[in-house]
Amino acid sequence: MQVISLSAFDLGLAALLLILLAATSFLIGLGLERRMLISGTRMTVQLLLIGMVLKVLFASSSLWLVLSMATVMLLVAGYEVWARQKRKLSGARGYLISTGSMLISSFTVTLLALTSMVGVDPWYTPQYAIPLLGMLLGNTMNGVALASDRLTTELYTHRAMVEQRLLLGQGWQEASGDIRRDCMRTGMIPIINSMAAAGVVSLPGMMTGQILGGSSPLDAVKYQILIMFLIAAGTGFGVLAAIWLISRQLFDERQRLVLDELTVVKE
Amino acid sequence: MKAAPLPSPCLDQDKARGLRLCGLSFLSNGPYSLDILPGECIGLTGRSGVGKTQLLRAVADVISHRGDCLLDGTACSAFEAPVWRRTVAMVVAESCWWHDTVSPHFAGGMEEGQCRDWLMKMRLPLDAGGWRVSRLSTGERQRLSLVRSLMNTPRVLLLDEPTSALDREMVQVVEGIIADICEKKQTICLWVSHDREQLIRMANRIYRVEAQGLVEEVNECR
Repeated sequence: MQVISLSAFDLGLAALLLILLAATSFLIGLGLERRMLISGTRMTVQLLLIGMVLKVLFASSSLWLVLSMATVMLLVAGYEVWARQKRKLSGARGYLISTGSMLISSFTVTLLALTSMVGVDPWYTPQYAIPLLGMLLGNTMNGVALASDRLTTELYTHRAMVEQRLLLGQGWQEASGDIRRDCMRTGMIPIINSMAAAGVVSLPGMMTGQILGGSSPLDAVKYQILIMFLIAAGTGFGVLAAIWLISRQLFDERQRLVLDELTVVKE
Repeated sequence: MKAAPLPSPCLDQDKARGLRLCGLSFLSNGPYSLDILPGECIGLTGRSGVGKTQLLRAVADVISHRGDCLLDGTACSAFEAPVWRRTVAMVVAESCWWHDTVSPHFAGGMEEGQCRDWLMKMRLPLDAGGWRVSRLSTGERQRLSLVRSLMNTPRVLLLDEPTSALDREMVQVVEGIIADICEKKQTICLWVSHDREQLIRMANRIYRVEAQGLVEEVNECR
């Protein structure tokens, strides 16, 4: 089956819908129209650019090109996780921790999938490696960012409680245990829910894309199942790593809660 | 009286019994130095915001500080932090409760004889463990919080306004209990209060906390 190529006019029609929404937002004083238009424009430009980059990448399929592309994606994802926290660790540590958690959650899982599950040869074939990594980074990012942001916020809000528990002689792990578990749950629940809803409520984007692109539904479904497992595992381990690393930074060697390590971002 | 730091007692290592504050300083406060013998109760007073609570928190080692505290000659830094905080127990002015009912806050539960003993002495019913935290009055919180810390059998009690929410009768009860602990168990007590009468009743010595040190006040203490 031949994919129907979309013309600029088709895309323009779709963009008109967003412009219509922006106009409505302006009329009812929602104040979102500017952000809508900027985000819409950004999305279009970024995707067009990446389309061209991918075209070059697919044509060359050099290991170094793939690796540098992957590194750029990782660094941006790490930044995105870091930037989404309202109270973040001061200095480079915060960024390193975010990036480190994304490395664990996405890089290792993608590598594992490429070498042992998909088994494409060579393993870095960009047609597989880049979309897989992109899917994983995009999805695990949400979980890790959600959990990290919640951890620093909760520890800040409940600092009197944590300190009370320390004063009663609890170790830092026990004193912050409830909060840390709660944050891990927050990070993991969305992916668990979307696994439960997949296919019934939602047709995941990647699968839809593959079907539109002409793959048989069964093949598309199998890839989607693989991706879902990978995302769930990646998010889970990424969240665990991020929570552990951040909370280690917020308690010092004498097991004191040191919140002056956090800087607040003004909105 | 001028606020001058007391001479550091840290040189004299033989007199090791009791609690010793050695040049304890934090933020822009200190250094504070003080020698307290087993069974002594020290009253701490001073204007609001001078750092009395912070001083207790530094002794409990929950804020970073310079200098050190020694208990019977062993430095705080030589203890594992949780062990130190169980031994040198700070009872904060506004206690925190994070479970729904009272008893899960007690590491060993509330059925032990020791705990029931404290509850009775504090004039609290023995079924207080089942009470919902949201329904506690401030006075009940204050007494329960004291029991909770006492269950760690501390050697040193750091009390921050421990009777601020109690009526006159209950103040007497709690004062009696603390005096009893100091005397019978040789527990050391650092008592922060704005109520001078109370400190005169309770303390062996009273110090005014200044930003740069402790000043002993001359009072007719017990």
